Amino acid sequence: MSSALIETAEKAGKPLRRHRLDRPELLAPAGSLEKLKFAVHYGADAVYIGGQKYGLRSNADNFSFDEMREGVAFAARYGAKVFVATNIYAHQEDLAGIAEYLKQLESVGIAAIIAADPAIVEIAMREAPGLEVHLSTQQSTMNWQAVQFWKEEGLPRVVLARETSMEEIREMKSRVDIELEVFIHGAMCSSVSGRCVLSNHFTDRDSNRGGCCQSCRWKYDLHVDAASAAGAGDNPFTMGSKDLCMIQHIPDLIDAGVDSFKIEGRMKSIHYVASVVNAYRQAIDAYMADPEGYTLRPEWVGEIGKAANRPLNTGFFYSTPGAGEHIYEPEEKPAPYDFAAVVTDYDAAAGIATLQQRSPFRPGMEVEFIGPGGRSFNQSVGEMTDEHGESLEVARHPLQTIRIRTERPVFPLDIMRKKML
Amino acid sequence: MKTELMIAAGTIEQLERYIAAGADAVLIGEPRFGARLPGAIPEDRLKEAVSRAHALGAKAYVAANKLLRNEELPALPGYLRAAAEAGADAIVFGDPAVLLNAREASPGLTLHWNAEMTGTNSAAASYWARKGAVRAVLARELNEEEIADFKAQAQMEVQVQAHGMTNIYHSQRNLLQSYMEHIGREARLLDLGADEGLFLVEEERPDERLPVYEDVNGTHVMSADDICLLEAIPDLLGAGVDSLYVEPLLKTEAYNETVLRSYRQAIDAWTADPDGYEFDEAWLEAIRALQDPRRELGFGFLYKEQVY
Repeated sequence: MSSALIETAEKAGKPLRRHRLDRPELLAPAGSLEKLKFAVHYGADAVYIGGQKYGLRSNADNFSFDEMREGVAFAARYGAKVFVATNIYAHQEDLAGIAEYLKQLESVGIAAIIAADPAIVEIAMREAPGLEVHLSTQQSTMNWQAVQFWKEEGLPRVVLARETSMEEIREMKSRVDIELEVFIHGAMCSSVSGRCVLSNHFTDRDSNRGGCCQSCRWKYDLHVDAASAAGAGDNPFTMGSKDLCMIQHIPDLIDAGVDSFKIEGRMKSIHYVASVVNAYRQAIDAYMADPEGYTLRPEWVGEIGKAANRPLNTGFFYSTPGAGEHIYEPEEKPAPYDFAAVVTDYDAAAGIATLQQRSPFRPGMEVEFIGPGGRSFNQSVGEMTDEHGESLEVARHPLQTIRIRTERPVFPLDIMRKKML
Repeated sequence: MKTELMIAAGTIEQLERYIAAGADAVLIGEPRFGARLPGAIPEDRLKEAVSRAHALGAKAYVAANKLLRNEELPALPGYLRAAAEAGADAIVFGDPAVLLNAREASPGLTLHWNAEMTGTNSAAASYWARKGAVRAVLARELNEEEIADFKAQAQMEVQVQAHGMTNIYHSQRNLLQSYMEHIGREARLLDLGADEGLFLVEEERPDERLPVYEDVNGTHVMSADDICLLEAIPDLLGAGVDSLYVEPLLKTEAYNETVLRSYRQAIDAWTADPDGYEFDEAWLEAIRALQDPRRELGFGFLYKEQVY
C-alpha cells in the first residue's frame, strides 16, 4: 500500500486492513523467548506464542507479559510481529479474567490473538480493539461460507481447518476477500482439531483447554465383538497422523492465495524451529523473486529432514489421508541432528568463534554450522578452549562458553549441530 | 416451561415409537447435513416425518449440524427451505455457514446451536443467540456447577445430554478403512458402519470398549460408558435445563423406549411436585435390566473436576 493511500485511509478514519498480503507471511511457533528470537532471526515474518492463560499448550514455557514485551521489541527490529494463542474453549470459570488479559496483551504490543471461542473473539473486539483477532483452526473452518461469516463479523483472518484441500482453499480465496492462514508444517491431530476429548475421558484432562495428552498416539486394538479385527497376536496400533510437510508445494500454496504459512510446534526445539523456518523462508523468497525460474532445492528438503522426528506427508491438501499417511507402529525417533552450540561472537581477524554449549561435543566431532538464508558448512571440531583460554577435552556443561576455530566466518545466532544417527 | 425430553430418530417408525414412549421432541435428518444420526430420513420425507411428530403432539427438529465443505454448500439452501416448508420446529446447526443460509432461505426458522464438545460456556452461547439461536446444546464435558451457571448466564434455552453414549473423537479421515488396508484386509465402508459392533480398546484400559464406526462423514469414536443422569433430574430441572436429550446411537429401539419411559416418569413427577419428588428405583432398574453389562452407566462429567 502506498503512503499516499495510507494517509487517505487514515483521514477517512478507516482501519487499514490488507486482505491479501503482498507476499505470504511465514508464521513460526515460539515456545519461549529464546525460541522466538531464533524463529525471527531465521526468517519468520511473525511468531505465535502462548501466554500464562487461555492457550492450548499448558505444558509449554509460556510467556510472562515482560517476556512478551521483550519478544515484541526483538521481533520489531526485524519487522516481525508477535501473535498470542488464546485458543481454548473457555468454561464458565475462565470467562471473568479474559478482558483484562486481552487488554494486557494489547498494551505489551501483541499484534493479534488466535482465538477459537466466540466468547474470546467477541471480548477481544470489544475490549482490546488494537488486537487483530485471527480465528483459530480449532474452530474447524472448512468451507467458504463459514469464512464469509467470520469476515462479516469483522475478523481479518481465518486459520483454516487442516482438513481443507488446496482446491477448497482456491475457491475460498476467490469468493471471500480475507486473509487465509494454513498449516504447512508440523504435527497434525488425526481428528478434526478441537473435536476430540479422548484426554478428557481417559485422564480427566481437558484437551480443549490445553490438557491434551496426545491420547491418539497411544496404542489401541480394534475388535469385532470378542475378537481382534487384526487377528490374535497382532501389534496394537496408534491412531496418530504423520506430520505435515509442504516444502515441495510452495508455488501451489502461493498461487492458491494463502496469506500466511503456519508452522506447528510450540513444544519443538530451537534447532527444529530454526531449521524449518530457514528452509521455508528460502523456498518462499525464491518463488516470489522468480516464479518462472523456481526450482525446489534439495537442501531445503534435507534441512527439514535433519530436524524431523516423525515421517512426513501432505495431509489433506491433495487427497484424504489413507493408510500411507498414518503412523501405526511407533515411528518416532530422535531427530538425526542435534543442537550442539549457538554462536555468540566471532573474531574475524583470528577466525575464532565463541560458542554457548547446548549439548556436549568434543574435538574431532563432525559438526555443521547453519545460519539464516541457507548458509552452512561442515567441519570437524578442532582445539577447544574455555573463556579463560584453558584447553578443554569436552564441552560438557550447558551454556558453557567455548571457543573454537571455524573454517568460515560465522555470526551470532548461527547454530552448530552434530549428527546423531 | 416444562423440561423437554428429546431423542433422535432414524426412521419415521422409530419417531412414532419414541414419541409413544414419552419423547416431547425428536431430532431427524440425514448424513448429508446431520452428524451421527441413528438413521436417515431423506429430504423428500421430511414433511411426512414432521407432520407425524406434530400429529402425535411432539416437536421435530432437523439436524444440519455437521462440519460442511464447499461442495456441500449448494444443496444447503434447498435443504433448509425443505425443512422450513415441512414445518420443522428448529434447525440444529454447528457450522456458521448454516446461519448465513438459514437467514436467506427461511428467515423464520428457529435455530439451535450445537457445536458438540466445543459448546462449553454461556458467553459463546450468547454470541450465537445474538446471531439468532434460541437454544444452546451443552458440551457433555461440563459438570453440574458449570451447567447451572451456564443456564443462569445465557438468556436462552439449554439442552443437556441426559443419557447414552457420547462422541469423543471425530475425524474426517477413513481411519478404519486405512487400518484394514494396513493389515492387508479388504473392507468396504458398509463393513465398518455403526451396526458392525467394532470397538477400540486402549492398551492400558482393557475393560473400556470404545465403539468406533465410519460413515460418509468420517470416523467416529464413542465413549466407553453411557451417561445416565436420571438420578440427577431434580438438580438439572432445578437449574432450569430446558431439554434433556437421550442419545439413541448403537442401542436397540426397546432399550431407547425404556430409557424414555423412565425419564418421562421422573420429569413428570418432579414437575408436578418438586418438593414432594421422590426417586423411584424402578425407573433405573428398568434401564439396568436392558443395559449392556460391558458398558457402565455413569454420571459422565456431571460430578467431575477436570484439570488442564
